Amino acid sequence: MDIQFFIELFFGGLTRGSIYALIALGYTLVYGIIELINFAHGEIYMLGAFTALLVAGALGIYGFPAGGILIVAALVAIVWCAAYGYTLEKVAYKPLRGAPRLSPLISAIGMSIFLQNYVLLAQTSDFVPFPRLLPEMEFLAWVDYIMGPSDFLILTASAISMGALWLFIRHTRMGKAMRATAQNRKMALLLGINADRIISLTFIIGSALAALGGVLIASHMGQVNFGIGFIAGMKAFTAAVLGGIGSIPGAMVGGLVLGLAESFTTGYFSGNYEDILAFAILILILLFRPDGILGKAKVQKV
Amino acid sequence: MPAIAKAFLTAIWFMILTLPVMGIKLNLLENRVNWKFDRILWLGVAVFFLAMLWNWCFARKARGLPILAMPESIRASLDKVSGNTGLKRTFLVLLLAILVAMPWLGSFYQTNIMISAMLYIMLALGLNIVVGLAGQLVLGYVAFYAVGAYGYALLNQYFGLGFWACLPLGGLLAALFGLGLGFPVLRLRGDYLAIVTLGFGEIVRLAMLNWTSLTGGPRGISDIPRPGFFNMEMDLNQATDYIYYLVLIAVIITVIVISRLKNSRVGLALQALREDEVACEAMGVDITRAKLSAFALGSCWAGFAGVIFAAKTTFINPSSFTFMESAMILSMVVLGGMGSISGVIIAAIILIMAPEYLRAFSEYRMLIFGAIMVIMMIFRPQGLISGERRNYRITALAERDARAAREGN
Repeated sequence: MDIQFFIELFFGGLTRGSIYALIALGYTLVYGIIELINFAHGEIYMLGAFTALLVAGALGIYGFPAGGILIVAALVAIVWCAAYGYTLEKVAYKPLRGAPRLSPLISAIGMSIFLQNYVLLAQTSDFVPFPRLLPEMEFLAWVDYIMGPSDFLILTASAISMGALWLFIRHTRMGKAMRATAQNRKMALLLGINADRIISLTFIIGSALAALGGVLIASHMGQVNFGIGFIAGMKAFTAAVLGGIGSIPGAMVGGLVLGLAESFTTGYFSGNYEDILAFAILILILLFRPDGILGKAKVQKV
Repeated sequence: MPAIAKAFLTAIWFMILTLPVMGIKLNLLENRVNWKFDRILWLGVAVFFLAMLWNWCFARKARGLPILAMPESIRASLDKVSGNTGLKRTFLVLLLAILVAMPWLGSFYQTNIMISAMLYIMLALGLNIVVGLAGQLVLGYVAFYAVGAYGYALLNQYFGLGFWACLPLGGLLAALFGLGLGFPVLRLRGDYLAIVTLGFGEIVRLAMLNWTSLTGGPRGISDIPRPGFFNMEMDLNQATDYIYYLVLIAVIITVIVISRLKNSRVGLALQALREDEVACEAMGVDITRAKLSAFALGSCWAGFAGVIFAAKTTFINPSSFTFMESAMILSMVVLGGMGSISGVIIAAIILIMAPEYLRAFSEYRMLIFGAIMVIMMIFRPQGLISGERRNYRITALAERDARAAREGN
């Protein structure tokens, strides 16, 4: 076994895994608060990638300096996706509070299909190339076989944003209110927390993280398509379940574990079954340890 | 006018929201940006009216009124018609006559559309057993359809089995897959079940795609024979008509079986399961058996439909069995009304026929399917025609009450 190949796969897995973790956070935050699998979350990620692509393309054509393009495009994508997430919740989920549990889930599936086809109709069904915007990073030259500029960017950006999220949840008033709502919504309401606002906030944060993931992966892969949200969403969901849905550190751990698992199977076995692996992990986890690695077992109350 | 102001603000919000994706179109060849402000403007106008409608619907819903109420006179006469068994029978016979005459009346093209519409009716009714009656949200339903189709194609290719041998085998195979999926997921409920079945459906599709030596991979399997009729030679037109009648009979059998099933012991157990799993178990229903029979029955129907589909198209590949198909079948069940047979049939016909005949509309098909799922869940979760339950009335009791009322006066 070649150690260099191993390291290469390891870092490939980390890069992949941190994207999964970024998207998984959105699933886990929303599930923690309203116990809904936000099926359309993968579509928000795709919208993020697409928005960044369009904005970056337009800025490039108007001759904007290359260094700033990625930052502006990423910011626009994050802000707009946060708005999409907010609107999504207001349109498709808020009217269904208190409905039977299947109703919001079916509504979420409908929204996912709707958003995919919205992008398909407004733009194109082809794969669109994402402009190369990253500068060469000289200081990475000595490790260039394991880490290109985009890998470096993904790892740092996701580490920073996850750290920021952690601080926000732990140490701010709003974060505290979110944790309280997740623990017991009724009690939080009684204590004067505006649950509607907290739910909106959750969707905004989750969507912003997904958009960041979308921008990063688009600049890494170099192409974008309206259908990328489905499989990425499923994998991120797997990551969230793997770590224990509802648990924020769980989503991060789950994302990294899934990314590494995929990277090593692709490297040592075959790339054909990469997607099957994620689904198989998902099914096995749900069957044998539905509370995930870091989740706590819940007892069903009647 | 706060309502108008609100709608106006909503329109502005959506215009800003859709600005990047709708408004920017890159022309990379000529290095130009095409701003599509006209699209944004039209969208704003549409959103304005939709927001007014949306708020109006909510206001009605909040007051407990139905969104679309039929005038009392029409409803009274409809009730009279539906209560009249003789009239209903005449109507059914007439409908059947039209369906039987369809291949002569319509063109080859129309017959083909009817065949696919009826295949979807079969699928939607099958899914209706699992989702509508038993309340188990299965998102990978198309996997069983695929098992039926591939079952026929492969059995034919490797063992030379014909259509009539494969029809029951395909159903059986799909039912076995259903049981195979059902056993491990017995403990899962609601959304987890949905995700696991979605994963299962994707695994089946990916397996078909990657197991090239057996399934031909993305190239699929071609030259699947059409069903034979006592070794008669048939040209394409005749064969299509023949398949049309086959599917028609299959649909009729499906409808009869499912309407019998609904009021049977198993069917009532399934409906109890849908309403409340814990209460259902407490009433002494064997949940394990009820769930497994729902899975087996539902998937068995998809298997039959799959075999017929393979025989109709004579060519199958994995791209016919994507998640979008599952979603389409699910939206038929949702639109029609969970547990309602007539509703699901009407919904399947609308959702298949409308895009075929309104070409301008076909591009927006999936967009509308998605929107339908959301709107139905919000405004009419019971579907177009809510699943009717059989009412039991004890005549002796009713007579006694009537007598008591008379004597009281």
